[in-house]
Amino acid sequence: MSPWLTDRPIDVGQLLAEVASAGAGGTVAFLGTVRRSAEDGDIAAIEYSAYEEMAEGEFDRIVAEATARWPLARIALRHRVGLVPLGEASVAIVTAAPHRADAYAASRFLIEETKRRAPIWKKERFVSGQARWVEGQPGGG
Amino acid sequence: MSAPKPGSGPIRVTVRLFASYAEAAGLEAFDLSLAGGATAADALAEVRRRPWAARLPPSPAVAVNRRYAGGDVALEDGDEVAIIPPVAGG
Repeated sequence: MSPWLTDRPIDVGQLLAEVASAGAGGTVAFLGTVRRSAEDGDIAAIEYSAYEEMAEGEFDRIVAEATARWPLARIALRHRVGLVPLGEASVAIVTAAPHRADAYAASRFLIEETKRRAPIWKKERFVSGQARWVEGQPGGG
Repeated sequence: MSAPKPGSGPIRVTVRLFASYAEAAGLEAFDLSLAGGATAADALAEVRRRPWAARLPPSPAVAVNRRYAGGDVALEDGDEVAIIPPVAGG
């Protein structure tokens, strides 16, 4: 599994530790969590799958682009694959920078690019036992 | 379809499928023989001849050797061509 993907629950404390430094004045942690909504129906979990070999490179590129734009920001990112139960995080992005503006901006960039480009797909698994692929974004790269 | 380059023999690429496309096809990977000089668009056109490929959109995203690529990217023997369904990560 690539450094960016994990098939286990995400340890946000570990990600915070990865970016911690004496120079960081602002740290932002973003979690994308599996939710239930009226339109979605009775979701029990979401099953994430990935083109893992390509996801590794695509995350390398996304993080490199963020580092180029915000050189002082430290970044940690994990995306979960496999079954993610309701309420749990499927993705965690932690950014730390001397000033919060950069931490926020880098965080926003990283999640938007992840959603736009990462070769990852999700299948809703309902309490009833039914399952349905979620229609994604066609853009890709 | 692009004309084969003179002197170049046929090439063999591996096509990889994922998510709803893999489900529709009932398989995750298969090999494809193409004329030398073939492009990603040529590979896609060849894939479309299969019955399950009717479910593919007009212009699916494609990756060659694990990077997004346009249809005009030239393929080489041994390349990996992935057809990428609309992504839903994050």
